[in-house]
Amino acid sequence: MALTQDAVLAGIKEIVVEVAGIDAGIIAMDKKFSDDLDVDSLSMVEVVVAAEEKFGVKIPDEEVTKMATVGDAVNYIVANA
Amino acid sequence: MTLQTTAPRNARILSVGGYRPPRVVPNSEIVDRIDSTDEWIQQRTGIMTRHIASADESLVDMAEKAARLAISRAGLTPEDIDTVIFATITYPYQAPSAATEVLTRLGNTHAAAFDLSAACAGFCYGVALANDLVRNRTANNVLVIGGEKLSDFTDPDDRATAFIFADGAGAVVIGASETVGIAPTVWGANAETRDAITMQPSWIDYKQDPSADIKWPDISQQGQTVFRWAVYEMAPVGLKALEAAGITPDQLDAFIPHQANERIIDSLAKSMKLPESVAIARDIRTTGNTSAASIPLAMDALLAEHPELHGKTALLIGFGAGLVFAGQVVELPPVPKK
Repeated sequence: MALTQDAVLAGIKEIVVEVAGIDAGIIAMDKKFSDDLDVDSLSMVEVVVAAEEKFGVKIPDEEVTKMATVGDAVNYIVANA
Repeated sequence: MTLQTTAPRNARILSVGGYRPPRVVPNSEIVDRIDSTDEWIQQRTGIMTRHIASADESLVDMAEKAARLAISRAGLTPEDIDTVIFATITYPYQAPSAATEVLTRLGNTHAAAFDLSAACAGFCYGVALANDLVRNRTANNVLVIGGEKLSDFTDPDDRATAFIFADGAGAVVIGASETVGIAPTVWGANAETRDAITMQPSWIDYKQDPSADIKWPDISQQGQTVFRWAVYEMAPVGLKALEAAGITPDQLDAFIPHQANERIIDSLAKSMKLPESVAIARDIRTTGNTSAASIPLAMDALLAEHPELHGKTALLIGFGAGLVFAGQVVELPPVPKK
């Protein structure tokens, strides 16, 4: 079954809250991981590892470096899950 | 014709000893050359300070000190050691081994001795071998040393490694036991990622063109690749090691993983759902990443801080260049005899 953007965003929110310890309310598609959500490069790895498990998708390192915003990650997962 | 063999017996860690060179290097001494900050290093790795050996203090100088401490704490003398396993990747000679240099230092030149190259997993590989050697009565008292002088092989201008690696040595004596003191080891490799941590070029590159401007074989590391591998792959290894020992996370007393990065330690503890009651070694804060030495150093520090953990269960996991890994549950050594 294809994942919807809303479902993936909800899942990413849960992961980012867990990893970065921030409020879910400030997480949105246009937020930048590093600048807006305090997710540094290592936290990003933790987010990616958790997302791979949650959505059963493989996210290569070179894709991770391109994921600046939450929307980038959500769209990649929706397209590749 | 039927051959005879020996009946298996149990083995345990009899003692542990650690040695850290006296010079303490804070982040502030490192940051200028790599355009970084104390805060950044602490946030990414947990490291505040590390110990760095002086130019005239060798790897074996450090190893000897750790070894003598471990031997005396076991109530033994160097003559009682019949096997030395030295886990290291920073002994600057191809042959003979660092382990045989330790033998000459200890004045016991007849024990079996060899080096073991499994990088940051080296200590746990050594524990696995020592356990089997004692179990099968090939050896009675095995000295397992994890020691590194990584400052000799770290580029102080490398922004990916300069703040991580450090120097030190730790040692344990593994001998016979009435009860099971070392549970089965879970180990293996992910060698498809062997480029993630390297020390290159090879000796041959120097031989073929001595005049070329060939760089010193400093350690290099793809930090994010290794971080991802560690947080993703090592929690299942830890859980398998617990299963092999026949215990559940809530029956564990201590967790002493390789001290690579405090965030890896936190992530593993979380992924394995270790309860609050498990003491977690965080020696990395003041010791940095000492590769093969990190687990025995962390074990020694944890027991100094929590003497009540002597004789209690601990999960050890080593992981590093290869990429290779090994984990096992052990009973921590009893209160030292000396």
